[in-house]
Amino acid sequence: MRVIDLPASLDFQTYDELFAEVVAAAGEKILLNGRHLRYIGPNGMVGLLAAGSLGRDRSGEEPILELGAAAEVKSYLSRMGFFRASEGIFAAGTSFPRRSSGPSDILLEITPITTNSDVHDVVDRVQKRAGAILSNTLGYPPTSVVQFSVILSEVCQNILEHADAPGWVAAQSYNWRKRLGRQVVIISVADLGRGFLGSLSDEHSARFGDRWGDVTALEAAFIHGLTRFPDSGRGQGIQQIRKQVRRWDGLISIRSGTARIADVPSWFDAPPLEEGLTDFPGTQINIVLPERVDDDG
Amino acid sequence: MTAESGVDPISIDVGSVLRGSRESLYSHLVTRPTGRAVRLAIEEQVAGHSRTALSLIDLSDVTVMDFSCADEVVAKLLMRYLEEDRPGDALFVFGGVCQSLHEPIQTVLERHGLLAVAQDSDGSCALMGTRSEEEEYVWTVLEGRGQIAAAELSEVFPGSHHRDALDELVLRRVAFAAPGDRSYHALSALVEN
Repeated sequence: MRVIDLPASLDFQTYDELFAEVVAAAGEKILLNGRHLRYIGPNGMVGLLAAGSLGRDRSGEEPILELGAAAEVKSYLSRMGFFRASEGIFAAGTSFPRRSSGPSDILLEITPITTNSDVHDVVDRVQKRAGAILSNTLGYPPTSVVQFSVILSEVCQNILEHADAPGWVAAQSYNWRKRLGRQVVIISVADLGRGFLGSLSDEHSARFGDRWGDVTALEAAFIHGLTRFPDSGRGQGIQQIRKQVRRWDGLISIRSGTARIADVPSWFDAPPLEEGLTDFPGTQINIVLPERVDDDG
Repeated sequence: MTAESGVDPISIDVGSVLRGSRESLYSHLVTRPTGRAVRLAIEEQVAGHSRTALSLIDLSDVTVMDFSCADEVVAKLLMRYLEEDRPGDALFVFGGVCQSLHEPIQTVLERHGLLAVAQDSDGSCALMGTRSEEEEYVWTVLEGRGQIAAAELSEVFPGSHHRDALDELVLRRVAFAAPGDRSYHALSALVEN
């Protein structure tokens, strides 16, 4: 059995390392040791589900997830619906609760996206909850709940239309006082589908010739709005998400295959394009929306 | 007026269509399959008219419309009735277009090079989509007058470029030229009547 230690903080900045270790385990059964885990963000949670699913599929056995005694982490994972979502992914008998707790302050619990009605459900739920968080916590105008819902709808549809596989979405607000000096809302989406390269290859690989790969596929979709559909009405989703995230001075990154592409705001330090990463057989989308400050206009 | 002009008015409440669609009882215009189902339901209601159908697509009950749905319910609907082999003759006015619906509608219209008449919740109409300065001017004049008879056309638009623009608006289906007397009608005026 391969034992993989989870970091103390599992989020979109530390997830790659964990995923690389899960891939390196090849077909070996995995034990994910989360005894030192003290913080886990939406990206860490949906990423953990993706890593667990991959480990399960490659070894034929559900990985074990040990969370240690940190009650706060367990309680938070429970409120985010992590344990419910992890059924069938992590081994039964692992010492964590199966039921999520009751009503909570969570913006959007981890929600599997497998059908069109799941997207409607997500939009319905955030309509009820997002208004107060976006207005009171981020200082966005009351109408922002509509744009926020549209972002969620489009990212979820990306799973249904391009991945051909189920995925998960989650969102929550965080206090990034130390990191940014502001509150943020994080949206995280992941699937283990065919990724951008797989989705676009049939339609677009020929024109790129030898240059075709994860980077060009991501650039084609992210920058140029290409899709596998010949219909000219397609491909607007990601473009419009980027536009809205820019208006809110947010960060958006998409990780697929061996590459990651991002719109990076001035308050964050990351390259706009990374390549040579461990092959992620699907897509991860990470969006960070910061609290508005007075000079945002 | 509408009967005299040769159009059959139809009012389609998208909120009701959405809630009664076969998809489910949804309350928001999101996802492409939902948009497609709503568009097909609208096409069904428009079908069967021997004359031009003037359809007021009422979006008052719609709070959230994503870009995929706007592409289906607005852009693809308009394109279907601009095609030569269109299923019938129909004109559309999109009613109850609140501020939050502007962006998805404008985006898909621009993407496809389309024009549409949108009616705000206070009843005022605006042209949305891709248009030239001449088209904007001519549409605004027609909208202000409600109707321009063939006999007064040269007086209202002395320049041929404006008369050409008016004909272009008819072809783009945001103005109506009555068969026979060739009088021009603003769609909003036909809706009001």
